[in-house]
Amino acid sequence: MKTSAQKREFSLNVNGVPRNIRAYPAERLLDVLRYLGLTGTKEGCGEGECGACSVLVDGRLVVSCLMPVAQAEGAKLLTIEGVTGNQRFRSLQETFAEGGGAQCGICTPGMILAGGHLLERNPAPTIEEIREALSGNLCRCTGYLQIFEAVAEAARRCAGT
Amino acid sequence: MRSNPAEFEWAAPATLEEAVKVLAGDPDAWLPIAGGTDLMVQFAAGTLERRRFLNIWNLGELRRIDGFPGELQVGAGSTYTDLRENDIITREFPLLGRTASWTGGIANQNRGTLGGNVANASPAADSLPALMVYGADLILTSTRGDRRVRYEDFHTGYKRMNLAPDELIRTICLPRRFSGYISYARKIGTRKAQAIAKVCIAAVGRLAKDSTQLMLEDVRIAVGSVAPVPLRLRNAEQLLNRRPLDEARVELACKAAAAEIQPISDLRSTAKYRAQIVNNLVREFLDTLAARERER
Repeated sequence: MKTSAQKREFSLNVNGVPRNIRAYPAERLLDVLRYLGLTGTKEGCGEGECGACSVLVDGRLVVSCLMPVAQAEGAKLLTIEGVTGNQRFRSLQETFAEGGGAQCGICTPGMILAGGHLLERNPAPTIEEIREALSGNLCRCTGYLQIFEAVAEAARRCAGT
Repeated sequence: MRSNPAEFEWAAPATLEEAVKVLAGDPDAWLPIAGGTDLMVQFAAGTLERRRFLNIWNLGELRRIDGFPGELQVGAGSTYTDLRENDIITREFPLLGRTASWTGGIANQNRGTLGGNVANASPAADSLPALMVYGADLILTSTRGDRRVRYEDFHTGYKRMNLAPDELIRTICLPRRFSGYISYARKIGTRKAQAIAKVCIAAVGRLAKDSTQLMLEDVRIAVGSVAPVPLRLRNAEQLLNRRPLDEARVELACKAAAAEIQPISDLRSTAKYRAQIVNNLVREFLDTLAARERER
């Protein structure tokens, strides 16, 4: 067992690519991702309230500002930069862009990841379910309705209807 | 100002046994961290006093939910999502699933743990009143062995609890005897997700038909955010149990409930508002009981 306040090497799998990074164990996953140049993950509130720093860790949505990097060791991480190979996420990107689901863009990566996290588990969500799934992601531009509709439309497109 | 990660030691034991050993080595120095949804907020604010994290996130022994004939044992490291996805909890302890569903948002539910919620001991925590009405026990563990305590007596004052510095919460035990009960929970806050409750309530009860009237049985009510600890409303319960459910009784119980809390005025609400809301929520619970009975 290691006990240390020293920097050490962590093995992360980020968007399918194995990465070894040197970091302090308590360093926020958010910061480590951004040091890696993955600046699609945004810092909003820095205290787990706004969802702008959301990423998927082993398929689960988490806020990376509240996750020490040591807890992500060995996990598969997906950030907004890594979603392009996936049909669900591609549909979400399209419907957000087409329907005005993105304005200033700060919340968008987190919204897309939260939306994809929902559709993975529930391919045909109701608007109520979409609202709940995105309730941890704050947007100060759109008023949310276009975002909810973009997720609903992405669900329809993925279902081929 | 945000904490400097270079100042924080990190121990990552592979087993619970190893974890309690590390903790026993210097109990006042280590800070057990599971999902980090509270501690990392304090880390961000630079308010953590301790500088040594003991990682217990994802320890297999803490992250399991086992149904036994008499009780459900929920590992302290189970996340809110684990609670929401568990069939026994959904069927027999619906208040726990429901309160988990409005704790934080989905991302925080994927990380926040039930044991962490207990140990963080916020009087406003959403899931703690549910544990109280279900008569939960806690199993605490250390190198000295395990001990089992009643959850209702666990919180002894604001952020003070019946937990020795070398102990970890291992298991939350729920007696499986509430399946026929009518349950009720509500969170009053600026919004359901993320916002911290101004008042939260969880309650269960049964109604038995006497020859002419409905009698209340085993009514259990607990509230959060209205005292230094999550609070069981014993006076109100006593006025209700084995009594007919009528308007005079409801009035009496609501008044008693509002009188036995110790609300404060803070940035989220005022003491006066909280007392009125507790009164209203107890009434809504009793109305719910009556309405459900009529539906049967």
